[in-house]
Amino acid sequence: MIHISVQQLPIDIAAEMTRAEAAEAGAVATFTGLVRADDGVGTLELEHYPGATEAALLKVAEGAIERWSLSAAIIVHRVGPMHPGERIVFVAATAAHRGAALEACAYLIDRLKTDAPFWKRETRGVEASWVEARDGDHAAAARWDISKG
Amino acid sequence: MTVRMVYFAWVRERIGTGEESVEPPANVLTVADLVDWLAETSPAHAGAFENRSRLRAAIDQDFVPLDTPIGRAQEIAIFPPVTGG
Repeated sequence: MIHISVQQLPIDIAAEMTRAEAAEAGAVATFTGLVRADDGVGTLELEHYPGATEAALLKVAEGAIERWSLSAAIIVHRVGPMHPGERIVFVAATAAHRGAALEACAYLIDRLKTDAPFWKRETRGVEASWVEARDGDHAAAARWDISKG
Repeated sequence: MTVRMVYFAWVRERIGTGEESVEPPANVLTVADLVDWLAETSPAHAGAFENRSRLRAAIDQDFVPLDTPIGRAQEIAIFPPVTGG
């Protein structure tokens, strides 16, 4: 089962967990990203490329399902304006055992960061600036390139 | 050939629009050629495309390197490196 959502609405963790647990697995691993209040960030705004975003997330989810034989992969990403402390992204991987679920969960978030067309803009007071991509994100995504035996 | 250009984040802001239709001349073969040609069309485009190493592209919604031939692309997107998650 794959569930992808790119949404303006807040992320409902309980609803997503219910969805994950319905996939009849022995293990559910999840990651939730929250908006940080780095250096006085007041608002974080997420722009994306409609259509291309959903396609990219679907490809990431399909990659995880195939590689770890998951019963479900869930990716929910918020777009639009949000504030520190709010959930920006939620991913879940469900598998028979914890090893596959935990690895696949890390893969989902690492790949999402480099493969999906989202852009963050931070506002501090009246100053707005686009967030720069981090080299570390590419290194994190690239570690999954090594083929698994 | 008419191509629909779409721009995101600071590329969109610097150009001043999120999308436009363009008719590149026949000698525009790759995305990089298209960027070079567009940069000549206005100071705003030149400013947005000032640093080619900070640009990423997609042809018909698939991420591609800038040296990719545009072929019969209908939609080409130019944007900064992505920062989701």
